[in-house]
Amino acid sequence: MSDKILLLGNGAVARGLYEAGCKFVSSYPGTPSTEITEFAAQYDEIYAEWAPNEKVAFEAAVGASIAGARSFTAMKHVGLNVAADPLFTASYTGVNGGFVIGVADDPAMHSSQNEQDSRHYAIAAKLPMLEPSDSTECLEFTKAAFELSEKFDTPVILRLCTRVAHSQSITALSDRIELPLKEYVKNPQKYIMNPGNAVRRHPVVEQRTFDIAEFAKTSSLNRVEWGDKAIGIIASGASYLYAKEVFGDKASYLKLGIVNPINADMVKDFASKVEELYVIEELDPVIESFCKANGIACHGKDMLPICGEFSQELLKKMLLGEENAVNSYEGNVPVRPPVMCPGCPHRGLFYVLKKLKLTVLGDIGCYTLGGAAPLTALDTTICMGASVSGLHGFNKVRPDSSDKTVAVIGDSTFMHSGMTGLTDIAYNRSVSTVLVLDNHITGMTGHQQNPCTGLTLKNVPVEPIKIEDVCAAVGIKRVRVIDPNDIKETEAAIKEELKVEEPSVIIARRPCALLKKVNYGCKYTVDSDSCKSCRLCMGIGCPAISFKDGKASIDQTLCVGCGLCETMCNFGAIRKVQL
Amino acid sequence: MSTTNIMIAGVGGQGSLLASRVLGALAINKGFDVKVSEVHGMSQRGGSVVTYVRYSEEKVASPVICRGEADFLLCFEQLEAARWIEYLKPDGVLVVNTQKMLPMPVITGAAEYPEGIIDDLKAKGVKVIALDALKLAAEAGSEKAVNIVLIGAFARFCEFSKEEVEACIRSCVPAKFLDINLKAFELGYNA
Ligand SMILES: Cc1ncc(C[n+]2csc(CCOP(=O)(O)OP(=O)(O)O)c2C)c(N)n1
Repeated sequence: MSDKILLLGNGAVARGLYEAGCKFVSSYPGTPSTEITEFAAQYDEIYAEWAPNEKVAFEAAVGASIAGARSFTAMKHVGLNVAADPLFTASYTGVNGGFVIGVADDPAMHSSQNEQDSRHYAIAAKLPMLEPSDSTECLEFTKAAFELSEKFDTPVILRLCTRVAHSQSITALSDRIELPLKEYVKNPQKYIMNPGNAVRRHPVVEQRTFDIAEFAKTSSLNRVEWGDKAIGIIASGASYLYAKEVFGDKASYLKLGIVNPINADMVKDFASKVEELYVIEELDPVIESFCKANGIACHGKDMLPICGEFSQELLKKMLLGEENAVNSYEGNVPVRPPVMCPGCPHRGLFYVLKKLKLTVLGDIGCYTLGGAAPLTALDTTICMGASVSGLHGFNKVRPDSSDKTVAVIGDSTFMHSGMTGLTDIAYNRSVSTVLVLDNHITGMTGHQQNPCTGLTLKNVPVEPIKIEDVCAAVGIKRVRVIDPNDIKETEAAIKEELKVEEPSVIIARRPCALLKKVNYGCKYTVDSDSCKSCRLCMGIGCPAISFKDGKASIDQTLCVGCGLCETMCNFGAIRKVQL
Repeated sequence: MSTTNIMIAGVGGQGSLLASRVLGALAINKGFDVKVSEVHGMSQRGGSVVTYVRYSEEKVASPVICRGEADFLLCFEQLEAARWIEYLKPDGVLVVNTQKMLPMPVITGAAEYPEGIIDDLKAKGVKVIALDALKLAAEAGSEKAVNIVLIGAFARFCEFSKEEVEACIRSCVPAKFLDINLKAFELGYNA
């Protein structure tokens, strides 16, 4: 088979997993890495699952590798922080079946809370890292990563960035190679990382890095493209594409497919043949620092920014001082930020939190949008799980305000790392009130199943894990379930739980309005004669409601019929229309 | 042949991904190299979304389109035309749906939706094809067909024949929505 199709970078990685004979994929979703695992799940030959978090996913994949299967885990850059513990030690144990870790960075933070550069992890954990530029390379490098993993007995990191993960380019497909499980033999010296064994493994890791650097010198994953030798460019990933777009054959390129380890002789050789050397890399000066440490003079962050993503426009401007002629519009263009969808079950809850003027320790998910106008009911967002543990610390030092402070966390995030924070609350007794926003889905990343939803990644029905049971199991005595669309009930429950002198959890349960099973069977309209223009309904920030000619108006194409606005109106002007 | 750049700008949930899929298929069928680039995630939640389609007889390098590079700018909403107009080449073509979708700062009263965007752009010398794609889509049978109406309007000015574009729509759209979409295409083409 040699079909050529337009394939998303993430789809090409999944295809690479399939062709490489990978048998096991465990991941936790995170933009821009999510689709790798979703596509992988479409192959019957691959077992694929959503794990509760990246550490679990990583360790499950390590287990499958030790058992002899080619295995894989994918995550976004911050997910690698969560999985960093097994990362560093899996580097010492090495693999049995090939083991590849897909990690997607997000320069410019299209959908992330920081702009970290995951190449530092490859260096720190002493692991090889490959970086593809387009979908063809996504597929080829994934397969090469498994080869490398087994050849050098090492986990291999495959690094993507948003523009590679989420771009489609033409890719040729091949067949799958079906591999039997490798034999599993007990090998405590390799797999039990106690001090005695680890002391012997560490030099093996150092030697391995040296060997892979030698391999990198001649590997076809790195290549030199000769053009004009006045300018030499070292680049990888999307940066290489932007450089090609700007310089074409008016420069020579050292295109790195293996971004760690780098072979110093190879770089020195390239540098010696060009007049001026530029390192073009997004985010941190990793390759540049390597060059300078090896006495290779180059330009890098003296001309190009550390923050944000690159483009041909940016390179043209910073390196050549050229700018395109553009069209322009002089008026003020209001921003269009993402918002909670019409019918979002988080809306009612945030309305109440704002009304009660609470301090709200937030978390990551669609409900982070509760920090935006007009709801503006969020005080913090750090990382997944930090709402619950953060609330504990906040309340311990400010016990006087624990009746005005809550944490909000989604169902997926609760299973990811909220339940450990809740254990801290229960064990170390802080008077904390945690709100779990259970919309039956992992919403923000585009609707993935999680342990609470009752379905697996492959859509197999399973017994859902009940959040109330988890809370009870860690020792929370006060657990109650409310409907966040019932504003009165929500307000009363929050007030009551804030008053009691013991830990409590309120589960605000209502499914995401975008789920197929959700059908309110009605819409709402405004009877403009009854509308008194009080604007109360505007306070919930529903994108379907606006003011036209001094009266509220509901956009019928946007309204899903959740009815929250009806409960806001004191004049009965908002009316249900049955469909 | 230099690279042709088509930029699609819309609001999360409007179906710009299908439009990019049709355009990508068009270019592939002609044997061009193609890159289609989109950003998923936050932008789906009613935010501003852009998608890039680039094709060429030679290899396309960068996946993105920058300011002053787009040959065509397909806007699913007026305000998005104003937001992204800098990306259109000085002699490029803007195809714009005259529909207005109010962003949250306008809904809350923190900002105003500018009036006369399309006239202002025309006065600046931009080549503008403006149409009420929402109305035409409804006429075709579904408001969701705005994307194909716009592809229809684009088809009048692009290098592909009407038949070629239509064939791609047939290959990209699920069978049960095909009639509606072919009608939407026709209405957009004749608008
Ligand atoms: C460590 C880490 N992994 C993954 C993500 C990506 N991510 C952001 S929010 C989210 C899940 C949100 O789901 P849930 O908590 O159920 O809230 P919802 O969006 O449904 O309201 C994920 C996976 C992240 N930000 N950090």
